Amino acid sequence: MIVVLNGKEIEAVPGTTIADLLAQREIASETVVAERNGDIVPGADFSTVALKDGDHLEILRFVGGG
Amino acid sequence: MSEDILEIGGRGIASRLFTGTGKYGDDSLIPGVCEASGSEVITVALRRVDLNAGTENVMDHIPGHMQLLPNTSGARTADEAVRIARLARAMGCGDWIKIEVISDSRYLLPDGYETAKATEILAKEGFVVLPYINADLYVARSLADAGAAAVMPLGAPIGTNRGLKTREMIRILIEEIDLPIVVDAGIGRPSEACEAMEMGADAVLVNTAIATASDPIRMAGAFGRAVRAGRAAYLAGPGATRRHADASSPLTGFLGAV
Amino acid sequence: MSFYPLIAEYAASLPDARFAEFTGEDVRRAMERTTPTAEDFMALISPAGLPLLEEMAQKATRLTARYFGRTISLFTPLYLSNFCTNHCVYCGFNCRNDIHRSMLTLDQVDAEGAAIAATGLKHLLILTGDATAKAGVDYLEECTGVLNKHFPSVSIEVFAMTEEEYARLVRAGVDGLTMFQETYNEALYAILHPKGPKRDFRFRLDAPERGCRAGMRVVNVGALLGLDQWRRDALFTGLHASYLMDRYPEVDIAVSLPRMRPHAGEYQPASVVSDRELVQLMLALRIFLPRLGITISTREAPGFRENIMPLGVTRMSAGVSTAVGGHSDTATDDKDVGQFEISDGRSVDEMCAVIKAQGFQPVFKDWEPIFGARGAA
Repeated sequence: MIVVLNGKEIEAVPGTTIADLLAQREIASETVVAERNGDIVPGADFSTVALKDGDHLEILRFVGGG
Repeated sequence: MSEDILEIGGRGIASRLFTGTGKYGDDSLIPGVCEASGSEVITVALRRVDLNAGTENVMDHIPGHMQLLPNTSGARTADEAVRIARLARAMGCGDWIKIEVISDSRYLLPDGYETAKATEILAKEGFVVLPYINADLYVARSLADAGAAAVMPLGAPIGTNRGLKTREMIRILIEEIDLPIVVDAGIGRPSEACEAMEMGADAVLVNTAIATASDPIRMAGAFGRAVRAGRAAYLAGPGATRRHADASSPLTGFLGAV
Repeated sequence: MSFYPLIAEYAASLPDARFAEFTGEDVRRAMERTTPTAEDFMALISPAGLPLLEEMAQKATRLTARYFGRTISLFTPLYLSNFCTNHCVYCGFNCRNDIHRSMLTLDQVDAEGAAIAATGLKHLLILTGDATAKAGVDYLEECTGVLNKHFPSVSIEVFAMTEEEYARLVRAGVDGLTMFQETYNEALYAILHPKGPKRDFRFRLDAPERGCRAGMRVVNVGALLGLDQWRRDALFTGLHASYLMDRYPEVDIAVSLPRMRPHAGEYQPASVVSDRELVQLMLALRIFLPRLGITISTREAPGFRENIMPLGVTRMSAGVSTAVGGHSDTATDDKDVGQFEISDGRSVDEMCAVIKAQGFQPVFKDWEPIFGARGAA
């Protein structure tokens, strides 16, 4: 299936979770927030919510800013 | 002297210098800046994770006692600001939010109307909202009505280090608005931060001037002392400049001798 | 929202001795402050201010010129009715006083209006006693309709009303409200107003705020100085004005400084405000609230009124009669007596000449609505 991750289409196996995507990229899940199709996904659900084909996913974190 | 604590969103803050985490040549300077400045409030921004680059995390450099003040930079409308604010809160670092809605990328001036809309929505959701605005009385009033916890008027356009160009307008906000006034943006030198505090501002936010100094930690210390000096001068009350006693009393002579 | 909790809070912690604690340095510091605080205002009206009057005057005169220019606005009162159901022990219209009671007919109102307008005045202040069964809101509405033909600006100084009643009068063409609290001392107020609708301290206290909400363009507050220790009432007058200015920036807030004089009648003032102290208060108000309107009536003597022109006053009455129908032949009655004695009986022309001689411009009209229906927007 195809999901749009931070604006880019990526190929993912069905049943993939946000936690899976983060683990593949060595990103600590407690340092980010996620938005799936415009809705915030609580960190506790990262490993339970299975992504669906066509999902739009935003993964964000704090960066330097004034 | 009794303790002089600034209260915003139920939190007491001893240092009236807020700092930021933007534009550092090296984020590892941030702990030193926090310590040297004495600052207790620090801003961060929210961005997409770069999925290909390393895992450098600004949060690793922010001391645990700091009050985090995420901003909504990047938002061009109230809706976008609200969306960013909700995501920032989901990070679990508190519910403070600096609303920043900018659609003019040339001057980076904030949009007061969209800012007010976002403030109203977020204040109702329990956020501690600190909106960044032009030093405009009407906008500040509408933000106060909308439930802002403080207002952050700009001294000059963001990042320009041009000083307190809006001095007279900020003075009006200090007089008229019954919320903490945090002068944000434009302050380039400690003397300017000191002046804002002396005028009666409740705090100042300084990021660029510290982050881009040749020696950011030393500059952070200078700003910290300047802000304390200005605040102390404000609390002490300006010295009475004594005019020479007039032998005659042109305006009150008609009343006769005391 | 109400000024009441603030006044209660202050009153609880305000022994009279408090004013004696201020020093000359406190007064000077207050003068230098960009935005003087309530504490600064207290210092400015404290006894410590008296020796510094000339310094205060220099500051006040600069502020007055900056915010108002060298101008004095003129208005005159028109007494429509002296029927009254109140028992204010200090007032000549007290319902127990055996005076001739009358109320102008609309024709008489028209004649009075025409006579006053002929002097050139454009701002009119209409007054009644408190007898709503005779001269109530309906009557004021009708009178305003008649008077608006002669005057672009009509203000009221009558009984306290509800916000909706004020709004009705705004729609009818009233644009200003004068409402004196008489004294901000609630306990004393109860003694001075033993009976009648005016007895309700809180309803009167909040009346100016209701006027602001109802769309009045100018709201004028004040205390009758001398009923209580004058510094207390002066403090609360200033704080009341400040409270209204903070919350209703669209309204011009003004204060009047009427003072009681010792007189032959049965009620004697608790404190007498000297000329020097009245000037001190005016200067203190100007320094505390630079944009505040300050009204001085013809209770004050001619020479005094001339000397204070540079010091903070912005509005004065002229050509005054405090008797019902005192301006035209048709409505006057030899038996009629005024509410209080006036000291400056000069005509409008005479006052204009005096004002000009002092280097000021007499202003008849500083505002008129562009749109017909006031307050409709």
